[in-house]
Amino acid sequence: MSILVDEKSKIVVQGITGRDGLFHTEKMVQYGTNVVAGVTPGKGGQLAYNVPVFNSVEESVKATGADTSIIYVPEKFAADAIVEAADAGVKLIVCITEGIPINQMVTVQAYLKTKPDIRLIGPNCPGLISPGKCKVGILPGDIFAKGNVGVVSRSGTLTYEVVYSITSSGLGESTCVGIGGDPIIGTNFIDTLKLFNEDPQTQSIVLIGEIGGDAEEKAAEYIKKNIKKRVVGFIAGVTAPPEKRMGHAGAIISQGKGTAASKVEALEEVGVRVAKIPSQIPELLK
Amino acid sequence: MKLLEYQAKEVFRSAGILTPKEIMVMSLDDAVKAAEDVVGYPCVVKAQVPVGGRGKAGGVRLAKSKEEVANITSKILGMDIKGCTVEKVLISEAVTVSKEYYLSVVLHRGSKKPMVIISPSGGVDIEEISKTHPEMIFKEEFDMILGFKDYSLRNLYKKVFSGQGEKVSFSVFKSFLEKLIDIYFKKDATLVEINPLIIHNGQCMALDAKILLDDNGLVFHPEFSKYVNDNSDETEQEKMAREASLTYISLEGDIACMVNGAGLAMATMDTITHFGGSAANFLDIGGSSNPEKVVNALKIIASNKKVKSILINIFGGITRCDDIANGFKEGIEKVKIDLPISCRIVGTNDQEAKRIMNSIGINVSVNMDEAIQNAVKLSKDGK
Repeated sequence: MSILVDEKSKIVVQGITGRDGLFHTEKMVQYGTNVVAGVTPGKGGQLAYNVPVFNSVEESVKATGADTSIIYVPEKFAADAIVEAADAGVKLIVCITEGIPINQMVTVQAYLKTKPDIRLIGPNCPGLISPGKCKVGILPGDIFAKGNVGVVSRSGTLTYEVVYSITSSGLGESTCVGIGGDPIIGTNFIDTLKLFNEDPQTQSIVLIGEIGGDAEEKAAEYIKKNIKKRVVGFIAGVTAPPEKRMGHAGAIISQGKGTAASKVEALEEVGVRVAKIPSQIPELLK
Repeated sequence: MKLLEYQAKEVFRSAGILTPKEIMVMSLDDAVKAAEDVVGYPCVVKAQVPVGGRGKAGGVRLAKSKEEVANITSKILGMDIKGCTVEKVLISEAVTVSKEYYLSVVLHRGSKKPMVIISPSGGVDIEEISKTHPEMIFKEEFDMILGFKDYSLRNLYKKVFSGQGEKVSFSVFKSFLEKLIDIYFKKDATLVEINPLIIHNGQCMALDAKILLDDNGLVFHPEFSKYVNDNSDETEQEKMAREASLTYISLEGDIACMVNGAGLAMATMDTITHFGGSAANFLDIGGSSNPEKVVNALKIIASNKKVKSILINIFGGITRCDDIANGFKEGIEKVKIDLPISCRIVGTNDQEAKRIMNSIGINVSVNMDEAIQNAVKLSKDGK
């Protein structure tokens, strides 16, 4: 097992003929991901890295049975791409795009709420990977190893750093999910924790948070009530100044709220072992 | 981006929201002229700066005559408020106030919707009210399908306007909220705040205004692009970085950091502190492998005179390490750097990157902690 994606997932790439879409399609296929279709309006009928291209998500789903979409569409069109995937009945939508206006996502979220069987991951995320089975996104495949640690994170490269240290220590990952660095995201920590809790392959969980919002505090409440597996945490931004957006749109300490200290305290209070620096994580898992 | 008060009020007025009579000026002569010809007395002279706390700093003062306007404006113009020099003041009609309210529409991350926050104890910092009188703060969610729910809004209205002060009708209040929500969505804002809000002749009036715009939405609003340079409290390095499309934030320390990815950049700062050092900046060079970005990044971190050592921390995934190294080599040739450098590069094409860095005399570590400890040591050696 693993969560959300595995060798059976059928992937459609939205924006497959773009620079990033094409590059990562190649990487995903090379990893062994079952990429069945691509979509770029007006380019239907072509092949992109040997993957058939369709004009719409609906056509691609009808022709191939795609159940998972990955979006590499520019920020101006990405919100619409999410809606298109949802309307076509794709069950898992992963949006990599950074820079979608927040209130466009507010509207998209309200729409997705009317389709409860559809899950969105992101936007502004690196995607997800179930090592050895399926990679949907931009994560570098070679740092992962099949194993029992579930990883969930708001970040990209910091996740790679942590995974690299986990894998180097001899452990491996069940699934690694990048939930995204925007203030409004689809799947959150709690959703992912719940899936990891139910997944027999996952024996322990690493939660990588950062300043801004209160998703980590909410996750702590959930962990206290529901999670029996070991959870190790790391919160980035202990030294971040207030009222400054630290790269990610969602990473901001605003009016005294969203500090790393508050998140670390909430997690430690419910028994999560919080690492001071990323390299301590493998030790805390053992 | 934050809109200054006078800019936010321009947005308000074009949406049909009542504000006091007022004019933004940039000189003493214009201030006096505005008070004499348009605003009248008494009036309020208000510093227009992109930082909070201007009232406490003496940047908002009442003037009762031509002489007072001249005197006060000459003091406020050029004044330093938290590192920002006052270049603009607003000459605003002093409106009689019987009671002050707080009102805002703000993005609520948890519910993924905008939320109205309102309090009959306005005029002071909302954080202060929420600590001392949490029962005086009321919240109302905006539903994306229904909009405001009438029954719920009526309850809110009763609670907020039950006390003393001039009354406003429910329909006026509701249509006022709808105007604010309209601004919130149409301008891609994440916060529209009025503090204080007053009731004036049965109408809601905004005595102050604050609008935070979503930077991701600015592309749809060319009308705000003229404000970008004026409205920030950026440092010299932050401005250079913005112009080069890099994310840079100035910090107090002396170790300059160049990192790919925002999360890793934050974790790098934290780890520097963990090992007894202090970061001079947050810098995310982004996920692309564009060597020019590295050259620009190097120029920016080298321009900070406080810096004692430079730390490079790259985790190549999509970013190709050799591209970063090539950019760095090019940068070192263009920008004269006398500072010691500690470098960590792992990931895609890291062997090639190591060869390039070695060719310019820089050792490459594969271990983040080791490179950071080295950077901390280097930052202290020179002292």
